[in-house]
Amino acid sequence: MNRGIVISLLFGLAVVVLVVSPMVGMEFIPLTDLWGGAGSLDAGILRDLRVPRVLTAFVVGSALALSGMAFQAVFRNPLATPFTLGTASGASLGAAIYIRFGLSLSLFGVSGISFAAFAGSLLSVAMVYGLTRVRSGFSTATLLLAGVAVSFFFSSLILFIHYISGFANSFRIMRWMMGSVDLAGYDSLFDMLPFVGAGALVVVFKANELNLLMTGDDIAASRGVNVNRTKKLLFVAASLMVGGVVAFCGPIGFVGMMAPHICRLMVGSEHRTLIPATALFGGAFLVICDTLARTVIAPVEMPVGVITALIGGPFFIVLLLRQKGGLGL
Amino acid sequence: MSDPAIQISKLSLSLSGKAILRDVSLDVRAGEFVSIIGPNGAGKTSLVKCVSRIHQDWSGEVRINGRDLRHCSQKELARQLSYVPQAEGRRLPFTAFEFVLMGRYPHLSPFSSVTAADKELVREMMALAGVEGFADRSLESLSGGERQMVFIAAALAQGGSMLLLDEPASFLDYKHQMQVMELTGKLHRDQGLTIVCVSHDVNAACAQSDRVLAMKHGEVEFVGTPAEVLEEGRLEELYETTFDRIAGDPLPFITPGRMK
Repeated sequence: MNRGIVISLLFGLAVVVLVVSPMVGMEFIPLTDLWGGAGSLDAGILRDLRVPRVLTAFVVGSALALSGMAFQAVFRNPLATPFTLGTASGASLGAAIYIRFGLSLSLFGVSGISFAAFAGSLLSVAMVYGLTRVRSGFSTATLLLAGVAVSFFFSSLILFIHYISGFANSFRIMRWMMGSVDLAGYDSLFDMLPFVGAGALVVVFKANELNLLMTGDDIAASRGVNVNRTKKLLFVAASLMVGGVVAFCGPIGFVGMMAPHICRLMVGSEHRTLIPATALFGGAFLVICDTLARTVIAPVEMPVGVITALIGGPFFIVLLLRQKGGLGL
Repeated sequence: MSDPAIQISKLSLSLSGKAILRDVSLDVRAGEFVSIIGPNGAGKTSLVKCVSRIHQDWSGEVRINGRDLRHCSQKELARQLSYVPQAEGRRLPFTAFEFVLMGRYPHLSPFSSVTAADKELVREMMALAGVEGFADRSLESLSGGERQMVFIAAALAQGGSMLLLDEPASFLDYKHQMQVMELTGKLHRDQGLTIVCVSHDVNAACAQSDRVLAMKHGEVEFVGTPAEVLEEGRLEELYETTFDRIAGDPLPFITPGRMK
């Protein structure tokens, strides 16, 4: 199928999802209530709860998908994601420390928890990258093992912090670790945007470099890519996105691994089309998952991570089986 | 006299504390075809990778058209010199056209994108390498030999005057070996490209090159014309095995071992 058509379809899907999802919930509320029934309870629910939640889910989905896409291209490995590389646990650790010590700082009006999570994710990427650089002959197997090790190490630190925290903080950490977009209001959405926006911008401007890195470091370097600098820049960008998102929504799995693969199967691996496809699909996908999470067994809400894995897993396997040549990576 | 196209002086490289290259020096004139031969582990590939700046932490000096490689940006180098890696069958999820088009990367700024002229040039280079028919085929669906021709086309798309190839014909069947040799010969003769080619096939290297560099244990063993390389004793010392020379015109052919 023509790539332009696929992008247009994905754009259409994203718009439909963004318009329909806020109306769906325990009670159906037409979007027209936003300006029609001003002051009513329904309009309030729509404006203050559902709309920011849907927008947040979209931003989070796009950010996780784009960072997963960048990691997969840079490491030339289909299993490289914010989770397998320890980036998400790093971000979680940063945020957990911030919550444990009851800090409340802000810089330029952005909550300090984002910076703490960003610092954590950057630290984990630096550790993983550093570990693989110590031994030259940088293999992806080493890298993933390093990622898993860092991830376990950080997770145990989080558990430790959890353990020494008071009841209230412990509850906050636990709630947030489940990974969900339900705590989100406009404030956290606006806190996320600079991080996600900056990271996404870098990824967009590095589309050609991402293509070349996928062909291998040697070819990329010989075509004129400054390989080490570009990789570091992309790590920072992916850490920004992961940190910005995880700070508020906790670690939400599967989107970062699956969305880029599904998009590669639809539009191919050329990043100039893959980037918009991944951002749109990742966003729309998480909105749909979150809508299901809050409606399927309403009034009880499930963690959105449960839904992403439940839908994502089988879908991914079906695509994998139908694809002849593998994953396109 | 003008500067050599590639000037390597006292180049040394260590990887993980192991000396790979020791004081390698070589001048390649513009328009010259130089083959690099030598046993496995001699440092042939590493030498080519240093000059292409894939390895960066070497010591010594490399000058490209008189300019110190260390003062050249990666893109600037890529506009003058391109590199074709060994055909070791890496799987790349791009179409042949997409891949060759990436060769235009050094000519793009972060804010520009490929133009119609770039695409035209890419088609020309694909035609030159005889792979224009594969434009929309995925690289994964091509045979090793076909893919190697696409890789060469991509290197040509960089538009430089120097081409470094790392065993371009190894692992290929005879037909594709011939195609690679014909193409490199044509590029050398008709386009005046400077070519440095790592080779395991001494006969092919001698038939094509102006000069041959023989390497062993990370050092230059000798540099000379093909006729000199084929002199009795030279190859025996280099490869530590025996060779038979079969009379040929203008140069003899060699086969390893003693023919009965």
